[in-house]
Amino acid sequence: MNISMHQLKLAGVIAVAVALGACSKNPTDLDGLNGSGAGRSGVGGVGAAGAASPGSTQDFVVNVGDRIFFDSDSSEINGSGQATLDKQARWLNQYASYAFTVEGHADERGTREYNFALGARRAEATKNYLISRGVSAARIKTISYGKERPVAVCDDISCWSQNRRAVTVLKPGA
Amino acid sequence: MTFAPTRRHAAALLGGLAAVPLIRGASFAERYIDVRGGGDFKPVNVAVAPFGGDSGASMSTIIVNNFKRSVFLNPVEAGDLGGNPDAAPNLAAARAVNAQFVVTGRSGRGEGRMKTEFRLWDVGSGAQAAGQQYVTDPNNARRVAHIVSDAIFSKITGEKGFFDTRVAFVDESGPRENRRKRLSIMDLDGASLRHLTRGDDLVVTPRFSPNSQELTYMAFGSEDPRVFLLNIDTGQREVVGNFPGMTFSPRFSPDGQRVVMSLSQAGAANLYSMDLRTRATTRLTDSGAIDTSPSYSPDGSKIAFESDRGGTQQIYVMGAGGGGANRISFGQGRYSTPVWSPKGDYIAFTRQGSGGFAIGVMKPDGSGERILAEGFHNEGPSWAPNGLFVMFFRNGGGGPKLFMVDIFGRGEFPVTTPGFASDPSWSPLLG
Repeated sequence: MNISMHQLKLAGVIAVAVALGACSKNPTDLDGLNGSGAGRSGVGGVGAAGAASPGSTQDFVVNVGDRIFFDSDSSEINGSGQATLDKQARWLNQYASYAFTVEGHADERGTREYNFALGARRAEATKNYLISRGVSAARIKTISYGKERPVAVCDDISCWSQNRRAVTVLKPGA
Repeated sequence: MTFAPTRRHAAALLGGLAAVPLIRGASFAERYIDVRGGGDFKPVNVAVAPFGGDSGASMSTIIVNNFKRSVFLNPVEAGDLGGNPDAAPNLAAARAVNAQFVVTGRSGRGEGRMKTEFRLWDVGSGAQAAGQQYVTDPNNARRVAHIVSDAIFSKITGEKGFFDTRVAFVDESGPRENRRKRLSIMDLDGASLRHLTRGDDLVVTPRFSPNSQELTYMAFGSEDPRVFLLNIDTGQREVVGNFPGMTFSPRFSPDGQRVVMSLSQAGAANLYSMDLRTRATTRLTDSGAIDTSPSYSPDGSKIAFESDRGGTQQIYVMGAGGGGANRISFGQGRYSTPVWSPKGDYIAFTRQGSGGFAIGVMKPDGSGERILAEGFHNEGPSWAPNGLFVMFFRNGGGGPKLFMVDIFGRGEFPVTTPGFASDPSWSPLLG
């Protein structure tokens, strides 16, 4: 993979986000697409795009896309989410040694406890979709962070829509 | 009647507090303001004379500050009320500022003990309405001030007090996308703050046990997020139950013998209760929906909870053993986090609508809904032990803060915390 291709793919991710109303404040600000959804560091990221070797966690994050987004109070996987998960499934089936966790997240416009359950529902829906695309259930853990780990922290729709997400986090070193 | 039964408990907690009534034959049942009559009341004017003795000034200052946040009592400043707590106060000075009651007292040390006494005087009749003497360790001065405040609040309203209580909450620091959350506890007035966890693990939703000695809460760790029990004094911590998935939203039963909580499995959240002695678990709901935020009725016979089984979050009530549930919320919006009042007369809730997140109360049959606080984001009510106030958190200005409001929405006050704070749990009366 070359760098220009990475950029192209990233541009595609942004375009999808805009179509969902998930625009970030600054379209060139890709912070929200970096790292794990739970705010852990060191997993992929745009800065590492040039170094993303095929089959690496960076490759997955940058070239496949590690997250999908949901409508408000919904765990339904929409067309764009399905497209991302189809790519995730192909990649995960190719690099079958990775175990991973699907993190379900909610935006802050819900009560705390409900959002834990909503995040779990999103993680479960994502897990089931990946299983339906041939990924072994034994590789998949799920966890919900509810509204505890937003990636975007403004108080309007541009942030909320980025926070309603399920993030596929690979176990490093597989 | 005196307050002696209550004070006996206080004696145990305070390590040797002795309480002696300073009045005989006073009727506890009398009430000077009817707090059950609705929100259209006039607060009772109370003039607190500066207490005598070397600890007196701070004692009466704490009492006045408490009354400023009491909604039902209104502290008024008066001229010279007479400094001798053994004699009737200067009633003319009280009448001049329309005080209906005068509080006199003294507090001082001797032989390593602190002796505090107060008398409550009815200005109308000139008679003493209440009085008590407390002997305790000087370190407990603030608590004695709260106990005196409660005794006076009780005498005038005919309701239990709420000043001698603590608040468990989640202290928040750090960036919003990766908040450090610590389980914390403090007195209602913000004193005696303690952090009970270090902030390494994400912790949320603490709830007091009925005896105030334990907290149940949800914490993240290396495994699935789980419900824990924490002994506040010893720091001993244990997982509640051995469930195959995330457990969250824990609450004690009124007798302290059970914890009811949600278990997340296959995308659904169902309610389970666990007997803390036998460790036996009982499944209470099986709807395939999100059933969470349970709350026992004070008699333990019912559980209110929220469920989206009908499409959106609404409040339901079922028997404490599970079974059929009846929806009780039918207003505009989504209803969540029901909490049964300790008196049983109301259920407090969070309501989400187009106007944001509001805190309100309704009767247990769903009637009589009343909104107490509105705005972008108010959440998570917790009752005062007397059922006259709820505490909640409000997001705004970069993070959440705690507030309290009375059940008529007459007075809202910030609750002092060291920083951002969420998920308050108001303890029972400590005495």
